Formats: sequence, C-alpha cells, structure tokens
Amino acid sequence: MESSLDLPPDEGDNGKTGHESGAEGSVRLEGVTKKFGSFAAVKDMDLEIANGEFFTMLGPSGCGKTTTLRMIAGFEQPTEGKVLIDDVDVAGQPAYKRPTNTVFQSYALFPHMNLEENVAFGLKRKKVGKSEIKKRVAYELERVGLSREAKRKPAQLSGGQQQRVALARALVNLPKVLLLDEPLGALDLKLRKGLQVQLKNIQRDVGITFVYVTHDQEEALTMSDRIAVMDEGRIEQCGGPEEVYERPATTFVAGFIGVSNLLPAVAASGSEIKIDGGPTVSTPEAADFSADERCFAVVRPEKLTVSAADEAPSDRPSVDGVVESSLYLGTSTQMVVRVADDVKMTVLIPNASEAERHQLPGGGSRVKLVWEPDHMHLTSESPEESASADTADVSPDNEKEGATA
Amino acid sequence: MKAWTWLKDHAVNIIAGLALFYMLAPIAVIAVFSFNDPVGRFNFEWVGFTLDAWKNPFGITELTDALITSIQLAAISSIGSTILGTLIAIALVRYNFFGRRAANFLIVIPLATPEVVIGASLLSMFLVYGAKLGFGTLVIAHIMFSISFVVIVVRSRLIGFDRSLEEAAADLGANAITTFRKITLPLLAPAVGAALMLSFALSIDDFVISNFNSGATVTFPLYIFGANQRGIPVEVNVIATMLFAVTVIAMAAVIIQQRRAEKMAEKRADDAGTTGMSMPI
Repeated sequence: MESSLDLPPDEGDNGKTGHESGAEGSVRLEGVTKKFGSFAAVKDMDLEIANGEFFTMLGPSGCGKTTTLRMIAGFEQPTEGKVLIDDVDVAGQPAYKRPTNTVFQSYALFPHMNLEENVAFGLKRKKVGKSEIKKRVAYELERVGLSREAKRKPAQLSGGQQQRVALARALVNLPKVLLLDEPLGALDLKLRKGLQVQLKNIQRDVGITFVYVTHDQEEALTMSDRIAVMDEGRIEQCGGPEEVYERPATTFVAGFIGVSNLLPAVAASGSEIKIDGGPTVSTPEAADFSADERCFAVVRPEKLTVSAADEAPSDRPSVDGVVESSLYLGTSTQMVVRVADDVKMTVLIPNASEAERHQLPGGGSRVKLVWEPDHMHLTSESPEESASADTADVSPDNEKEGATA
Repeated sequence: MKAWTWLKDHAVNIIAGLALFYMLAPIAVIAVFSFNDPVGRFNFEWVGFTLDAWKNPFGITELTDALITSIQLAAISSIGSTILGTLIAIALVRYNFFGRRAANFLIVIPLATPEVVIGASLLSMFLVYGAKLGFGTLVIAHIMFSISFVVIVVRSRLIGFDRSLEEAAADLGANAITTFRKITLPLLAPAVGAALMLSFALSIDDFVISNFNSGATVTFPLYIFGANQRGIPVEVNVIATMLFAVTVIAMAAVIIQQRRAEKMAEKRADDAGTTGMSMPI
C-alpha cells in the first residue's frame, strides 16, 4: 500500500484495483422494491449494469431514479430484493462499506476543509499512506484543472469548479462504481454542455462504471452507453441512446425523449396498421401486435415533411391537418399541426434560406404531413398512461431538444 | 424652521442615541466609580479620582475567592450544559422517537419559569435527597438552567444542516463516529461555541437560583449582594469593569472573524469569474 508506483490511478488499495480486472464494477438489481410508508418509490425493479458502462437512469422527478441510485450507494436499503455489486449482495451494508462513490447534486463538499482535504478525505479513511494520498490528490486535482486552487475552501469556487472537486473527491478513491446524482443540474446550459463532454471523456479514460441520474433527456442521449427510461418506479425501456430515441417501447418513452408525434392506430391483419382517420400503412413492426390491437405510430418531428393539402397523394403515408402555430427556432422552424381533435403533430423544418422559410404555410392553412414508412415506429401505450396526455406538446424541454436536433 | 428640519432629518439618530445612553449609562457609572475615592463605606457619591482600587483589585480575599469560585462554577457548568444540550439538540432534530414533540416543547419551559421558582424547587429537591448544599449543588443547578439555552442555539443550527454532507462522508468511507467527529461537530462548532459563551455568561451572572442552593459557597454575585449590606468596596467596580471589558473584547473578536470570512467569500466571487471553466483531460 505504501509502495511508490508510477501513476496514482494504477495503484490499488484494500483490493480495489479499479478497472484492470474485468469482472469488477458491475451492478445488478433483482426484484428491488423500495417503499416509503405506503408509497412505493421503486417497484420490483430488475436492472443489470455492466462493468465500465456509462449507464443513465432518466425520468421525470419522482420516477424513482434517485432512490434507485441511493440504494446502490447504501443511503437507502431496499424494502425487498437484492442489490449486487460484482455479484456480491450488498443489501443491508452501510454506505461506508460499499465500493461505490457518489457525486451529489448539491456537491456536498465539506465547507470547513480546503480542496485538498476534501479530496483526501476518502483516502484518509482507508488509511492510505501520507505520501500516496498527496500524490493521488494532486493527480486528481490536476485532472479536473484545479491544482492552483488546492488550498482554497469550496465557498471560494464557482459552481462549475465545485462540481469538478466533487468529481475528483469521488474518483480519487477508484470506486468500482461511480454514482452521479444530477451532477450538472445546478449549472447553466453552456457550462453543462462543456462538462458533459469532459465527464464522458473521463469515464472513457478511467473505465469505471458510471451510473448517472438525470431528468435531462439530451444529457442522457449525449453521454450514455445505455439509458433506462423510468416512470413511476418502473423501467419503461432500457437500451442505447439510438434505440430509445428511434424505437421507443412505450408512449411514455416516446413522449419523454425528444418531441414525438403519436398517431393513434390499430393493427390490421398481417403487416399493416390503420392510422385513425388516416391511411393504412404497411410496416414489419405490425407483426408485434395482434389484429385489432391498439397501438401508436411514432414519427419524429424532423422526419415529417409538409406539403400542400391538395398535392397529389404519393405512395408515402401521410395525414391531413391544419397548421396551428409556427415558431422560428433559429436552425429550424417548428410547426404544430392539428390532425385530429386530440392529436397534434410537431414538425421541424430546417431553415435553409429565408426566402424558402417565408413560403411555409401560415397558421390556419390546410397541409399534408408526409413521411417515409421506414421512419415510423410502432409503440404500445404505457401502463397507466392516457394517450392524450402524451401527444406532442411544446414544453420547454422539448423545445430545447427540437432546436438542437 | 431650520432647526425643525434638522431635527426631523436626525430624529432617528437622536432617538437611537438616547436609547443607547439609557442602556449603557449604568455600565459607564460602574466604570467611572471604579476610579472613585469614597469616604466611608458607600461608593455612591463621587468624591475624587484615584487609581487605588485598580492598583490592587484582588486585595480583598473574600471578593477574590468569590470571583474564583464563580469562574470555576461557570467553566464547569457551561461545559457540562453545552455537552448535554448539544446531544439533546441532536436527538431532538435527528431522531424520531416517542415523545419527541413533547420533549421539544418541554425543553423551553425552564426559560419561561421564574428563576425564583426554579431556585426554590431545586432547593426542596436537594433537601429531599439530603444533598449537602455547596459547590456541587450549584453546578447541578447551573447546568440545569443553562441546558435550555444551549439546546435552542444548537437546534437552530442543526435544522439548517445539509445532511448530504454526512452522507458524503459515509460515502467516502467514514463510519458514524468519524462522520460526527470530522464533519458534524466542526460544522456545528460556531453554534456550540456560542452556546458555551452564553451559558458561561448566564452562570457567572446568576444570583437568584444560586442564592437558594449555595449553602456556604459564595459566588461573585452572592458576595456583591452580601457586601451591599455593609457597603460595596470599590474593587467590585474594578472587577465588574474588567468582566465587561473581557466580554466586549470577546465579542469584537467574533465580529472581526466574521468580517474576514465575508471578505474571503467576496474574493472568491471575483476570482471564480476569472479562473477558467475548462478542465484539461
């Protein structure tokens, strides 16, 4: 433990050897339920996170993502089920015995200690030798670019700097799993974007398993290897960023990630579905639904094109509607088209030239929305979710995604 | 007309000045009369200036003994009540137990109880148990009436305490005792320190409760009260002035320390803007 080695991150202590060993850093939840009184925050959850993965739990506030994280960290104990880290059941083990470290939303830096002392706190608890602590702390502060501030107190730093100290304080311990609870939530957009990239690079660099909690779908899509989209204590879908965006499993996922357009439809025989008040479309995905089963066709806003209502029908599927609003977003124009009483579609039209933009149909015009059959995905209704609540709406979050899509 | 305008513009300052004078005049009198050269036993009339009393303020043995007793009593009882009161505050804020709400309420009752009642009931309790009145009973009495103040001061700090700091400590491998020692206690220190000073001041100043429970022990306030019958020596004014000066210096030190902390916080706001946001990887 006291021996001098080349680079601090390559040193192990108390058997923690970081990412070198292949079997380390996996997390598994088996049938985990967490109840607070009669309220179940997490319901019978199964989850498997591989070693070295950047795994994100994404969902609205109250969906149980933070509770799940806290059960992995040991701040909460599951009411039922097992939490396994590296195949060892840690349920019942207190936080200070677990091979995990956490980056808190509030950073939770110790205000009475300077940065060095903050970062050294974990190593001191593990009785790491003085010279080694010094070296590893210096290395970690260097990594996050705060070497010059080592003697400062947290209150003397900006929010972004504090966040980086919190990261260094956790990483210096070489945890098997690093847990991050909305670590960028308190920062402004520009800083957040920069740190997203840096965080992802660090994760790639150290190879430690990251479990990341956020309600920001864009953040999740940018950084994650896999995303678990959660709602009401359950995982709605678990998959890669492309998978959850392009092929949302439920209407909730479709609505939560990006702006999505949900067209109510019914599965017809074989490989066809019939969109309510619209055309019958042939798609291989229809095979997943039995005949007459209700489903939703999801078409992302950037994949719809707008054409005049009287244009001759092509072989591509389309629906008719009335333009409700048109919003200039800089890189694109966002148009909301009402296709049925309770169904609105959002269309994103790239802004090529000003002249072209001025020719777009204005509010009240009748238009036809056309898409490629390949760009349509079928999804089933989320349990306990009503279809109308999920039709595309211009919430601030969605708008942001739309603008950058 | 002009005078009236001036008066209107400065009304607040004038009233504030008068109020301050009202509050501080008795203390000034004490200090001034410590330089008096009284004729006879009573030091109530200005006779002439002398430094006699200041040259040997501890010359009166009974007075010095009483002062030492009071300082010992205040030291022991303030430390005792601060330890107990801090632990009680932590229990009341952090833990949910049967009777917590009641305890939260009951803890402030001694504050509202007239001292003469507390003094008398403590005396009857000591008599019932056959305790020998003296320094020991004084310590018990002083700890008893100081605890409520300590609890209130420490409790307010605990309520605003960021629990995630303790979770962070646990997350970094600190068990409950280490977390308390390294995180909770240092962060509570300002409140604990304030509680300690407050209970020290309460103890050194107490007369009513001490009068019931002191037995043959004489504290500084008890000495003054007794001396009043025969005439208070000038040395009492000297010692009282010294106590006042020590208090003022202690308070000034606290304020200066706070100013420095604020300045540092301001400085970081300036620095944070200039040191880069970038993080080399």
